[in-house]
Amino acid sequence: MTKNVPIKRLPGEEGVWGFVFGDMVMFTMFFATLLFYRYENGALFAQSQSLLNQNYGAMNTLLLLTSSWFVALGVFQYRKGKTQTGARLLIPAFACGVGFVGIKFLEFGEKIAAGITLNSNEFFTLYYMFTGIHLLHVLVGLGVLFFLWRVARGAPDGSATQTLESGGIFWHMVDLLWIVLFPLIYLI
Amino acid sequence: MVFNSITIVWGLLFIGTTISWFIAPEEDYLSPLLPGIAIILIAFLKVRLILLYFMDLRVAPQPWRGLFEAWMISACALILTLYTMGT
Repeated sequence: MTKNVPIKRLPGEEGVWGFVFGDMVMFTMFFATLLFYRYENGALFAQSQSLLNQNYGAMNTLLLLTSSWFVALGVFQYRKGKTQTGARLLIPAFACGVGFVGIKFLEFGEKIAAGITLNSNEFFTLYYMFTGIHLLHVLVGLGVLFFLWRVARGAPDGSATQTLESGGIFWHMVDLLWIVLFPLIYLI
Repeated sequence: MVFNSITIVWGLLFIGTTISWFIAPEEDYLSPLLPGIAIILIAFLKVRLILLYFMDLRVAPQPWRGLFEAWMISACALILTLYTMGT
């Protein structure tokens, strides 16, 4: 195990942590809503869930956590002074994020072509709403990654490190939320 | 590529995802409760790894780390309760 930061300090900016916490609480309400609906109408939930393609959800999980890994490695290298290596690691991170969006559109497209829309039933209303809000986070995150890449390629300084950490924390949150959303919608 | 804690964590996240995918209960599964609970617990183990090693909360001062650990435990308990009630 590496010990790259020996003293206790909060990585990134406090404001970002506050925002991330708020977002996580909001998503917790989404998780509870989904499970409460499952409690109230288990049969319809199970039947609707069986129409989803688990492989899309699982592949997207692997893409996001791999993307997160590249970002964590990038920030790690940047902190060690290897700023250009750090910047380069953000490129595959971005590509994995684009892959997530591609699969999501493919999945939504298939559902819509099969006549399954937001209005099909309550399960699909929640499915489109929650995965849609998450998708918005991914799109914003891709913008953040592009910005971080530009910062990382520039002149290295303390504030750039903090910017990289902050953006990274947001992107990891997007990954973390999907890790909980994926089993609740697709698996259990 | 450095073989550090970040990469080990990525490996664990990958394995956790694959296990969850594999044990997911089918529609006609006789007892979906146990695999379901296992899947939820694996998800929150993954969440903890991301919080500590990717978001670096392991080096953060206690109030911040405690806040996120408290969220994690509450969210996991809430989800397990609602899932068990509905199964």
